Amino acid sequence: MAIVYQKTKGLTDAELHYCPGCTHGIVHKLVGETLEELDVLGKAVGVAPVGCAVFAYDYFNCDMQEAAHGRAPAVATGIKRVLPQHVVFTYQGDGDLAAIGIAEAVHSAMRGEKITVIFVNNAIYGMTGGQMAPTTLVGQKATTAPLGRDPGHYGSPIRMSEMLATIDGAAYIERVMVTTPASVMKAKRSIKKAFELQIAGLGFTMIEVLSTCPTNWGLTPVESLEWVKENMLPVFPLGVYRDVTKEEA
Amino acid sequence: MSKELWKGNEAIAEAAIRAGCRCYFGYPITPQSEIPEYMSLHMPKAGGVFLQSESEVAAINMVYGATGAGARVMTSSSSPGVSLKQEGISYMCGAELPGVIVNVMRGGPGLGTIQPAQGDYFQATRGGGHGDYRLIVFAPANIQEVVDLMQEAFDLADKYRMPVMMLLDGMIGQMMEPVEWKRPAIAPEDLPEKPWATTGTKNKRLPNIINSLFIDPDACNQHNIRLEEKYARVTESEQRYETNDTEDAEVIFVAFGTPARLARAAVRLLAEDGIKAGVFRPITVWPYPYDALYKIAAQDSVKAVVTVEMNTGQMIDDVRIAVKGARPVSFVGSAGGIIPTPYEVAEAAKKALGR
Repeated sequence: MAIVYQKTKGLTDAELHYCPGCTHGIVHKLVGETLEELDVLGKAVGVAPVGCAVFAYDYFNCDMQEAAHGRAPAVATGIKRVLPQHVVFTYQGDGDLAAIGIAEAVHSAMRGEKITVIFVNNAIYGMTGGQMAPTTLVGQKATTAPLGRDPGHYGSPIRMSEMLATIDGAAYIERVMVTTPASVMKAKRSIKKAFELQIAGLGFTMIEVLSTCPTNWGLTPVESLEWVKENMLPVFPLGVYRDVTKEEA
Repeated sequence: MSKELWKGNEAIAEAAIRAGCRCYFGYPITPQSEIPEYMSLHMPKAGGVFLQSESEVAAINMVYGATGAGARVMTSSSSPGVSLKQEGISYMCGAELPGVIVNVMRGGPGLGTIQPAQGDYFQATRGGGHGDYRLIVFAPANIQEVVDLMQEAFDLADKYRMPVMMLLDGMIGQMMEPVEWKRPAIAPEDLPEKPWATTGTKNKRLPNIINSLFIDPDACNQHNIRLEEKYARVTESEQRYETNDTEDAEVIFVAFGTPARLARAAVRLLAEDGIKAGVFRPITVWPYPYDALYKIAAQDSVKAVVTVEMNTGQMIDDVRIAVKGARPVSFVGSAGGIIPTPYEVAEAAKKALGR
């Protein structure tokens, strides 16, 4: 019998702890498949964040380091500078990357660190129970913004892809989503391109993935996918924000 | 071998390179900036990595990543910057990662002053970061000792898989002294393998994971017990100290770093007045040489113990633990970048002796 689909070798057999309907699992699969297809699992080192993906070190089937909250790009910098021929990636959420770790993210991009950042943006702190994130939408309710995010008090959501795209050291920055089979396939191609450009030594690469949090959004998994499209897309438009291979052409 | 004149900060950087360190991450701060400056020129020449980070927080986390990837790695800073590194130091202890952290202490608290001080003793020996952990802390008193201890610092860090701190006051960092390079330089490729490091599986082994998270409380407790057993082995094996003129002494000075030099000058002043004084100098302030100090302090000849520090009295707590009430323990010192004079130190001894 022909095998038409099987789990990627890029993931271990550990059972994922993510909530039903959360899209972290899809993003893990896409990263794992990419590492397998590029045949770099044996020389890959991943860095897990603090947040919902804190156990990612048990899921990716390659060497892993667990970083302090927000410090994954600094940890990845240390790894990549010691092992310049290896493939190094971080996997971070919006609190980790856009709040407590924003300096590490910006300066890794500034130095043109040859790493790939997988930035999962679900507009909320998931692991700690639904607190407001820097990417929480205006009016969106959170346990620390019970009446909804008030821009006069907390400002408006930060757009990391747009911001990092202004930095010369960034080689590839794209925002994708994983709400439909087509968008998942598209996200896979984007993630693969980011890793390829890292391997080509072109600089800092980041894929921002708009993701769901049914548990803390108080929605069903299907409603959550719709919520991404209806509410997040207008604030976080998809697209390639920086691609040095296009600029050089 | 001939002696060379070296500035403390530059000597510590050169000693690190000679010890096989090929990775430095740091951020400028007075009075230690000669360390990153020296590294920026000489580390690339040695085939190593020098990186000036965006913050001390980032620097220590770069250390975490690089040491996790198997390299000999160090960072350096001064008091306010070392406060920022505490998060990463705690994580390194939790994840059992080696590494050397140099603290060239200045006056505090807060921004304090850029002049030499020893106000970070509690931070260095009691933790500083969160959780139950220890660092091996060397407190050299001259630049020869700085370079001699640097290789040992890296060796012990690797042996026990824990960070080692070099605790200098700004005086040691900024002054110049003759140095003899006693040991041959080590090539990184001659260092022992680190089979736990994340150097890529090469598709030949299961993944290595560097991690300090033990979400199950039983597992976290077991991890702490294992760490504590390691710290007990360090305590058993790695205490270092030096004594000067302690035999038949009436008064014992206890001091680390620069104040130990002042105490030796005070011993000579007291001798002019016919008072026999000696100096006990811990070289490791963790593990603290409690038993060795007790034996010296409890000698029949000793009437008083005086600690000399460039702070408001921190190591005196350890001295009291060591002396166990067998002799009166008093303090002389000054904080905030003022260095006590040998005369003040000698007077404190006379006062302690009731003269």
